[in-house]
Amino acid sequence: MFNLTEEQIMIRDMVRKIAKQKIEPRAAEIDETDEFPMDYVEVYKENRLFKMVLPEEYGGIDANTATLCIIVEELAKAYASAPQMLITTGAVLQVLLKAATEAQQKRLFKRLEQGTQTCSFALTEPNHGSDAGSLQTKAVLDGDHYIINGSKAFITTGEVAELHLVFVRTGAERTKGISVIMVDKNTPGFRVGKKEHKMGFAGTGTVELIFEDAKVHKENLIGEVNEGWSLLLNIANMMRAWGAACTALGNAQGALDYVVEYAKQRFQFGKPIAGFQAVQFMLADMAILIESARSLIYRIAYIMDTNTETFKNIESLVCMCKAHAADVGMKVTTDAVQIMGGYGYIKEYPIERRMRDAKSVQIYDGTNQIQRVVIARNMLMQPLFLKG
Amino acid sequence: MSHFTEEQKMMQQMVRRLVNEKVAPRAAEIDETDEFPWDIVKVFGENGLLNLVLPEEYGGVNANNTTLCIVIEEIAKVSPACGLTVFTTQALQNVLVRGGNDEQKKRFYPKFESGDKICAFVLTEPNAGSDAGSIQTRAILDGGNYIFNGNKNFITTGEVADYYLVFAMTQPGKRAKGMSAFIVEKGTEGFSFGKKENKMGLRGSPTVELIFEDAKVPKENLLGEEGQGWKILTEYGNLMRTWGAASTSLGIAEGALAYATGYAKERTQFGKPIAAFQAIQFMLADMAILTEASKSLILKASWTIDKETEPFFKIEPMVSMAKCFTTDTAMKVTTDAVQILGGYGYTKEYPVERMMRDAKGVQIFDGTNQIQRVIIARNLIGKLK
Repeated sequence: MFNLTEEQIMIRDMVRKIAKQKIEPRAAEIDETDEFPMDYVEVYKENRLFKMVLPEEYGGIDANTATLCIIVEELAKAYASAPQMLITTGAVLQVLLKAATEAQQKRLFKRLEQGTQTCSFALTEPNHGSDAGSLQTKAVLDGDHYIINGSKAFITTGEVAELHLVFVRTGAERTKGISVIMVDKNTPGFRVGKKEHKMGFAGTGTVELIFEDAKVHKENLIGEVNEGWSLLLNIANMMRAWGAACTALGNAQGALDYVVEYAKQRFQFGKPIAGFQAVQFMLADMAILIESARSLIYRIAYIMDTNTETFKNIESLVCMCKAHAADVGMKVTTDAVQIMGGYGYIKEYPIERRMRDAKSVQIYDGTNQIQRVVIARNMLMQPLFLKG
Repeated sequence: MSHFTEEQKMMQQMVRRLVNEKVAPRAAEIDETDEFPWDIVKVFGENGLLNLVLPEEYGGVNANNTTLCIVIEEIAKVSPACGLTVFTTQALQNVLVRGGNDEQKKRFYPKFESGDKICAFVLTEPNAGSDAGSIQTRAILDGGNYIFNGNKNFITTGEVADYYLVFAMTQPGKRAKGMSAFIVEKGTEGFSFGKKENKMGLRGSPTVELIFEDAKVPKENLLGEEGQGWKILTEYGNLMRTWGAASTSLGIAEGALAYATGYAKERTQFGKPIAAFQAIQFMLADMAILTEASKSLILKASWTIDKETEPFFKIEPMVSMAKCFTTDTAMKVTTDAVQILGGYGYTKEYPVERMMRDAKGVQIFDGTNQIQRVIIARNLIGKLK
């Protein structure tokens, strides 16, 4: 259950090589400029990583959850921002694979052979974050087209995405009136708005999306009208395991690897600071937390891939691994800065960036507070009696 | 979890049913009186829980690491003290299976076949706890016997056990290199029991001092060769932390979480169940996150041990992580469970204060959490210049 297949080992080694050669050397610069890394886009295209969730007939690598975890973890070890465009694109493609008609799949997958090949996952709105069920962006059917009005906020990869998976209101009642529509970036009435200036997670193209009488053909509605909420719960939220959680995991592991080497080189009081138990125990605690997050993530990946638990149990475990990994990422990177002291606090070393990046994972993809709301709700309805 | 074999799933169901029927009604009383629960041990023996690791022809099920984890976790949900008897008994048998020679297996397996024998794991001394390499008990070869002299303390299941896995110095002064491991039978001349500790928790599991005064142990009871004691301890013995301390703590945490969750749904304040308040919900959610993370660590470490997919130096820190994280989790979860139950949680009428006292013990035994961190850090850092 925790072992990798031959294929997964090949993919891991391939991604590890990319991360080392192409991702890591650019991290500090991207963090500084906040420019969307088109060079990363090219590398991912070459290696079919945007289509990683697609079957081979569509040019993908048919990645299951465990494989996605490996890819995201390896990239995030180099730079937490790096896998974000893959996560948003992969999540959208998973929704299309499971909920779109064959005709829609053919058309949309073909469309994604052009441009950046990226997608954005557009749910959040300025006034609807954790309370996503009350979103207001409106889509009204007019003949063969939906007319969309409203705005979306904090949309990762939104700056460059070819297609946006947009959650819109088509009905009245909260979660019962939400639908999913694919919006092409070239749609009249649609535009990318303000780009957010963030604490960390630079180069992820986090923008506002604006819909002013945007006209989208009804053929782009995914699934049934007013059934969008179930797509979110049943398909999309599962990405938290391989998306946010593995981003936090990789970022934390990268920080620990770096700081262990630092502690061995840095001399104080006549010996390496790694020779002091005060530092050793900080490192040990960081390693324990990281391994606990990794064990949780790969266990749930296995459960998802073999479909061996009830939906509610899987949902709880996904929320647990997101919240735990994100909190671990924050703690580990904060302590990494501490171990490096003044050097950890300056931009000459990559650790303060990792700490800034870690913060965002506690917030995006469902805040850690919302994860706990879901966990508690499921627990109180029915105790978490897993089969094992 | 689905990677459990059918046999393991059946074992889990059997133990779960058994402890709910037989152990649960006795748990508070065992804690109160601190008397060794012979009735429970008899039931465990009848159900094959005292010779799990033995081959089938000797009444065992060839239990691997994961199976032992499952059994201990289920017992500890109800009474960790009762689980300790299975723990120390399997600890000795497990070392015998992995490190004993054919003659020793032939001699000892039949003694365990009846399933009613108890064993103990004897390492700690009054002045050698975390620094186990500095133990002083001597075993000096004299003709056909080793002559034992010295004291051991904090020995779980001491006095009630029939067989003792004793670590002693065959070459005093050489620390780890002079250490050897022996099986010592109760009733051996010169081998007696000292004071029984009065503990905060884990009551009903006797913790006893052992005294060796010119005790004669046949040389055939030496496991492996002279000087291999440390290797036996680290390579076989320490792996037991996954199914020993770690699974005990996991069971404690799960028991406390289930109890606190049930309580929170029943207890009404400000006109609604306290489970309806986010302050309580988030405490419960955090307890669940830590508990499931613990379980994942144990499953992974255990899986790695059973599949032998990693070299020992990679397994060792994983085992330490599982022990350390799970016991810290149990401490936090039980403390918060007492908090959720408020004044009731603090009384002996409810089981959570017992669980909290029990949890503290596991942070200390089977290698303190501080020693686990030393092992983890050493593996992480390697040799320093």
